[in-house]
Amino acid sequence: MVNHPIPSEVARRLQKPKAGHAAIGGDLIGPVTIVLALLIGIALFFLAQRFIYGLGAVTNINNGYPWGIWVVWDVVIATGFACGGYAMALMCYVLNKGEFHHLVRPALTASLFGYSLGGLSVLLDLGRYWNFWHILWPGYAQPGSVMFEVAACISCYILVLWIEFSPAFLEHFGFKNLKAKLSKVMFAFIGLGVLLPTMHQSSLGSLLVVFGYQIHPLWQTPLLPLLFLLTAVCMGFAVVILEATLAAVGFKRDIHDELPMLSKIGKIIMGIIVAYLVIRIGDLVVRGAIFTVFTSGIKSVMFLIEMAVFIYPVVVLSKPSNRKQLSKLLAAAMSMLTGAVLYRIDAFLVAYDTGPGWHYFPSAPEMMVTIGVASIEVLAYIIFVRKFPVLPGHPTSSTAAE
Amino acid sequence: MTITRRNFLRSAAGGTAAAAACATLAPSSAQARDTKPIPENAVGLLYDATLCIGCKACMSACKEVNNLPPENNVGENLWDTPLELSGYTYNIIKIYQNGTMEHKDKAENGFAHIKRSCLHCGDPSCVSACPTSAMTKDGNTGIVGYNKDACIGCRYCVAACPFGVPQFQYDTPTPQIAKCQLCRHRMPEGKYAACAESCPTGATIFGTYKALSEEIDRRKAMTPGQPNLFPRRTPESGDTHEKAAAEYVDHVYGQKEVGGTQVRYLSGVAFDKLALPVGLPDRSYAADSETLQHSLYGGMVLPGVALAGLVAAAWRGSRDHRDEDDQDIFDQHGGQK
Amino acid sequence: MYDDTEISREIANRFNLERRDFLKFCAAMAATMGLPKGAEAEIATAITAKERPSVIWLHFQECTGCTESMLRAEHPTIEKLILEIISLDYHETLFAAAGHQVEAAREAAMKKNWGKYVLVVEGAIPIKDNGIYCKIGGKTALELVKECAEGAAAVIAIGSCASWGGMPSTPPNPTGSTGVPEILAPKPVVTIPGCPPNPYNFLSTVVHFLTFGALPAIDDKGRPKFAYSRLIHENCERRAHFDAGRFALEFGDEGHRKGYCLYKLGCKGPETYANCPAILFNDVGSGSWPVGTGHPCIGCTEKHIGFEKPIHALAELQNQRPPLGYARVVEEQGAGASIGAIATVAAVGGLAIGAGAKLVGNLGKSENDQDSGKQG
Repeated sequence: MVNHPIPSEVARRLQKPKAGHAAIGGDLIGPVTIVLALLIGIALFFLAQRFIYGLGAVTNINNGYPWGIWVVWDVVIATGFACGGYAMALMCYVLNKGEFHHLVRPALTASLFGYSLGGLSVLLDLGRYWNFWHILWPGYAQPGSVMFEVAACISCYILVLWIEFSPAFLEHFGFKNLKAKLSKVMFAFIGLGVLLPTMHQSSLGSLLVVFGYQIHPLWQTPLLPLLFLLTAVCMGFAVVILEATLAAVGFKRDIHDELPMLSKIGKIIMGIIVAYLVIRIGDLVVRGAIFTVFTSGIKSVMFLIEMAVFIYPVVVLSKPSNRKQLSKLLAAAMSMLTGAVLYRIDAFLVAYDTGPGWHYFPSAPEMMVTIGVASIEVLAYIIFVRKFPVLPGHPTSSTAAE
Repeated sequence: MTITRRNFLRSAAGGTAAAAACATLAPSSAQARDTKPIPENAVGLLYDATLCIGCKACMSACKEVNNLPPENNVGENLWDTPLELSGYTYNIIKIYQNGTMEHKDKAENGFAHIKRSCLHCGDPSCVSACPTSAMTKDGNTGIVGYNKDACIGCRYCVAACPFGVPQFQYDTPTPQIAKCQLCRHRMPEGKYAACAESCPTGATIFGTYKALSEEIDRRKAMTPGQPNLFPRRTPESGDTHEKAAAEYVDHVYGQKEVGGTQVRYLSGVAFDKLALPVGLPDRSYAADSETLQHSLYGGMVLPGVALAGLVAAAWRGSRDHRDEDDQDIFDQHGGQK
Repeated sequence: MYDDTEISREIANRFNLERRDFLKFCAAMAATMGLPKGAEAEIATAITAKERPSVIWLHFQECTGCTESMLRAEHPTIEKLILEIISLDYHETLFAAAGHQVEAAREAAMKKNWGKYVLVVEGAIPIKDNGIYCKIGGKTALELVKECAEGAAAVIAIGSCASWGGMPSTPPNPTGSTGVPEILAPKPVVTIPGCPPNPYNFLSTVVHFLTFGALPAIDDKGRPKFAYSRLIHENCERRAHFDAGRFALEFGDEGHRKGYCLYKLGCKGPETYANCPAILFNDVGSGSWPVGTGHPCIGCTEKHIGFEKPIHALAELQNQRPPLGYARVVEEQGAGASIGAIATVAAVGGLAIGAGAKLVGNLGKSENDQDSGKQG
């Protein structure tokens, strides 16, 4: 195949999935990966302290704030970032939007690592982690608990993700027959792969319902599962834009072919955020909590910032010409993700108040562990993308130098 | 049938609206889970802050029978000085002080004490929240117990409790949750809560929920300033002492809060001044949470329906696609065979 | 400053004391009253230089315990000092004379020092049936006290009986025993309650009056604040046991032998104001006070508690000055943001925002370049 860049006009009109994925090759060791490795090393040091001396030796969590950023970021927010696979599976395999096909693999790769690390992060945060299997074991598991449902669902989903990826390994190790059989039933796993995140991403919001008055009225609502679900789906779409852009810029690739798909995703994001804002603010009005928007101190400030970073993408993406520019799409996507991140941090930490006298702010070592876990994901993604055919592209034209 | 974007968005909007309607209307449907009542044979405590002199005999006794170490918060390590309930303190007496602190059990220019320990709710948030059945409520006595062998240390109970009772031990690699269990481990020997047993003034007494309810009514009927007999240890112990009745705040804490608790408080100072959460609903938060879960996942009906639809759509999509490699999400050859 | 040699000779002559011992006494007086540094010098000057004030000491319904307590003050030759600091012009117990002779002596002394003498009253005064239940020399106690108080520069009621009725006033109080302040109201009366009170409380008050020409600060019941402003409970050496919940349950049990708190046995320390645990009794060292010997305080200084409330009834806590480390209803807990944490957040946040902005900017620039046709 000749390495001619196809005119973007022609590509757009074709509306057909471009053939193939390709490993992008290149040196694994570079400034970015070295920095990531260093961050991971620092995190491992603090994790050793955590396991030898206890959670209090590294984190600032206390009995007024028993959940800190290891729960809120590493599990709740990170799995939200990992919803790219969910969003793309929904578009491509359920709604049959074939043109998004080539965005599926990179999104699923990120989801695979995002969810697996989210599951690992749970183990790092559990106080009695050696009993972790109780949560899925009959006799111990308590189905009335929202956390049980979240854990069961996420465990299943991680399994489904690995199954969805297994054909590659099956092929690599020569299990062609098994791979063929699996391919025939893959659609069932795809269906599960859309149901399960719908369940657990909404339940991550339901976790807060039992906290009752301890969550400020600006965030506490029976609609928490719906709001968390909407933002999670939206995060999935926004993350696809982010990943596509970062991959293009980071690995110096052409993004023109993907731009039309990203434009459509931009419109979807706008629609979801509008629905979210209508429901969110409508709910505040119906419950009468809207009157506390300006009278709640730091909570008011955080709420308004949250709203601002949600409204900005709607404004940007409402103009069709903006949706054709990658810079604007990226800005909108990043703003949306910031909004979703803030929503989760606010709902779990800022809005949580168990009584006077309690304070929490993550410690530096605590944050270094979170940064390290995120670095693992980024590093793994980079390795995978360099070594395996994940990103869209011609198989023989590995664009980066080998 | 192809699904256009318009159709998708319409149906998505309709679907989410339906889901939202279900979620919000569910509590009023027949599926709604009601707040669980206090069990018939429930036992509990009555703590009367007007009798409490802040001697902390109850704290000492609790630490002794539960083999808990003393805590040191003043740097002298001379005796037990916890400032809050903690991983090593199941029961604490705290002091309220205002102004000149002259008048006992008065909010202004007065002082008062309050005992903080597990309230053994009728419908506990911790029991609902615990994913591994480490927190359980005894069906007979209603005591909310903790089993460290089941616990995974997720601290959902710590976050969920409206009264801030369960405490986690952050300073050890093998932590567990700490909270009062009404000395249930002493009950086979015929003993009862050590705090009630040791209280010199009868501020804390242990008994059946019914007997304590009667005692509460008796105290509320007293005329402030008139001498009365107050029992020590249990309502029927016969070990009484005489004291002038105090002026109580017209509220029994724990009578209705989140569906009622088996440990109740009487006080001369308003409970919000004693840093207790007030204005709690009569309906338990566990009921709210479980109603939501049942509405969405009860019998796995809704998930089952959704799964059927999704799998059908995925199957139809797999038949429509011409490229083989679309189902190989991870195809080594990039679609070229 | 005063002339050392003068004083030394004066002290040696008058009191037959070494100067050092005398100054020790003055320092002890100053310390008991909580006076600032240097006061002992003033006291020394006053005692040696000023004229000894006349003191009329009346006895009514009493056991003479207060006088006995005074005489037990054990500093070297203190009885001498007492008798030399003041001019005791009437005292039923100590005087050799009796009968009309001693009454005449009293009236003469009163007349001679009219307006300048200190009246000390020991014992309660019965008022029922016109006070016939206590008579001296044909006069009722009621009449006597009023008569003697008229020309007094200061009136001091020593002991609980004189302060508020004491033991004789135990319900049903058949003779109507009453304290001096109630009888002489509205005339100010200093009261030194206790059964008996520590002699130094009385002595310090007199020395204060002598030195400064005024009585020490007193509370609303006339009690000198330096001795009666704190609860026994606040200075008790067994307080730590109370705070830790360690109580003696019966006399002689393990807790009692270990010296645990006596609250459950009825100790009235939490509702009694006095300085017993601070200055003790009889100058024989620590433990020489009721609680120290293992008996609960009976609240002998307090009206309606001493001799009225049953000894083993539980005390009501008066006010709480809890020890350091007593948990308050709201305690600040948990770590806020440390410098390192804030720096990390700032670094990460700044990096993310900066990189994002740069990326968007670069993309925007390349889009502009594209649009202007530089790439095709």
